[in-house]
Amino acid sequence: MKPVFTKTAGLTDKPTHYCPGCTHGVIHRLTAEVLEELSLIGQTVGVASVGCSVLAYDYFNCDMTQAAHGRAPAVATGLKRALSDDKIVFTYQGDGDLASIGIGEIIHAAARNENITVIFVNNAIYGMTGGQMAPTTLSGQKTATTPEGRSPESEGSPIRVAEMLATLDGPRYIERVSVHDQKHMLQAKKALKRAFKAQKDLAGFTFVELLSTCPTNWGLSPQDSLNWLSLHLSAAYPPGVYKNTLDREVQ
Amino acid sequence: MTKLLMKGNEVIGEAAIQAGCYHFFGYPITPQSELVAYMAKRLPEEGGTFVQAESEVAAINMVYGAASAGVRAMTSSSSPGFSLKQEGISYLAGAELPAVIVNVARGGPGLGNIQPAQSDYFQATRGGGHGDYYTPVLAPFTLQETIELTAEAFRLADVYRTPVVLLTDGLLGQMMEPVVFQQSSTPVQTESHNDWALQGTGGIRAPRSVTSLELNASGLEKRNLKLQEKYQLINQSEQQADVYFAEDADWFVTAYGSVARTALSAVKHARSEGVNVGLIRPVSLWPFPTETYSALCEKTDQILVVEMSAGQMIDDVKLSVNSSVEVVFYGRMGGAVPDPEEIFDVIIENAKGVPKK
Ligand SMILES: Cc1ncc(C[n+]2csc(CCOP(=O)(O)OP(=O)(O)O)c2C)c(N)n1
Ligand code: SF4
Ligand SMILES: [Mg+2]
Repeated sequence: MKPVFTKTAGLTDKPTHYCPGCTHGVIHRLTAEVLEELSLIGQTVGVASVGCSVLAYDYFNCDMTQAAHGRAPAVATGLKRALSDDKIVFTYQGDGDLASIGIGEIIHAAARNENITVIFVNNAIYGMTGGQMAPTTLSGQKTATTPEGRSPESEGSPIRVAEMLATLDGPRYIERVSVHDQKHMLQAKKALKRAFKAQKDLAGFTFVELLSTCPTNWGLSPQDSLNWLSLHLSAAYPPGVYKNTLDREVQ
Repeated sequence: MTKLLMKGNEVIGEAAIQAGCYHFFGYPITPQSELVAYMAKRLPEEGGTFVQAESEVAAINMVYGAASAGVRAMTSSSSPGFSLKQEGISYLAGAELPAVIVNVARGGPGLGNIQPAQSDYFQATRGGGHGDYYTPVLAPFTLQETIELTAEAFRLADVYRTPVVLLTDGLLGQMMEPVVFQQSSTPVQTESHNDWALQGTGGIRAPRSVTSLELNASGLEKRNLKLQEKYQLINQSEQQADVYFAEDADWFVTAYGSVARTALSAVKHARSEGVNVGLIRPVSLWPFPTETYSALCEKTDQILVVEMSAGQMIDDVKLSVNSSVEVVFYGRMGGAVPDPEEIFDVIIENAKGVPKK
């Protein structure tokens, strides 16, 4: 009998530690499927960051290194420069990691047009440390460190990373996607595929921002989290292609 | 062999390249900037990689990335930037990655100044970041020795899978001296990292990971015990020091790095005036050459420690000798460099208190 569905070879058999309803797992799987479909697993080295996804090196079925908080784009730069051109390097970073402590590293990796792929998981919160405000936390959103809701006057306004990086000349491809339903997951996978394919073709810096859930720290059920993502997070961070200077063949 | 007249910072760069280091990540700071510029020019000629990072923090993490792939990688800075690299050095130590970090030290604390100083000794020799770790620290005192110790730093890094610090200062970085590179026709043999480096599985082996994370306490304790075993082995095998006038000295001055040059002139001058003094010059600051000191304990009642700091290495000297030896100190701070006459005067002053054997 021909199997109609199999596990992707891009992930190990290790059960993940993610909370029920957390979409980190979905994003892992989409990334892994793309690596498998592009036959890149054996030539890929990933960079795990600091956040709930820190153990990503146990889950992705490729070589992985683990970076200090926020420094994954710098680590990826060193890796990519040390490896031969046929090797694929990606970072997998949360919004606290990438948009707060690591904002300098991501901007400069993008400006240098490093030929890496950045997978940016935006759940508008610090998941791992217990739900504190992230730079991406929405105005009015309650977190452990904004108990009355984030106020633009005292805590500033959300940082829109995809839009910001798109102002640079360096990056080749920047897209924001969501994973709150089947249709959007497929779009997300398409974006990831375009990014990895572009890297393989030596195009340069590619960046996919994925809006993601954190039921545990949002204080919502998995289903309500998906709804909140599609209603509120997508409204503040509109999905779409923010930059694309790839050649036609790559697209 | 042709003699070349080169600046200290450039000597480090050339020595690194000749030691097989083709990946350099830097950030400008005086008095080490010539090293960054040298690498920017030379590495592309050698088919290597130079990146001017956005910060010292980024530079050390680029080193972490390159080291993960198993290549020889280096970064350099001066004191304020060396502080910024400490987090990365701790991660390198925890993940057991080989790398070389150069500190062309300057006056501190804070922004301090750009004059030479030795006030980063504690930070360099005590594992300046968080966690239980050490890094080997090598301190050359001439530019010729800088060449040898740069190569030695890469050897130690490779063999022990550890970050290694090359500690010089603004004086050694900025001075010019004739040097000879022992160019060999055979390429440098670097340690094979085939059993752990990340190059992609190639579809033929299990995936590998490089990390300093270990969530399980007994697991992390085991890792720490393994690290400590490694440090013990380094301590036993890699102490380096030079002793001058050991045969007939009644007592010793001790100094490392640039100030050891001045101290050596002062010692020679004092000997010409009939003072039977010698010089102990630690070459490895960690591991500290305790064996050299304890062996000389028999011969000497006094050791004069000269440093360009408020007194940091003196702690290690005291730990290396028994209580019968009086350890005295002379130091200058904040970028002030003692001249030979000054040290000579201190030697003469202290010589009065040394009983003749
Ligand atoms: C230097 C440093 N500062 C702080 C921390 C603590 N810390 C761990 S994860 C994290 C936030 C991660 O949030 P995010 O990147 O949004 O990832 P998520 O868990 O939401 O996926 C912080 C602050 C750390 N590990 N290192
Ligand atoms: S805390 Fe949030 S981001 Fe972390 S695993 Fe749980 S749901 Fe996911
Ligand atoms: Mg987050």
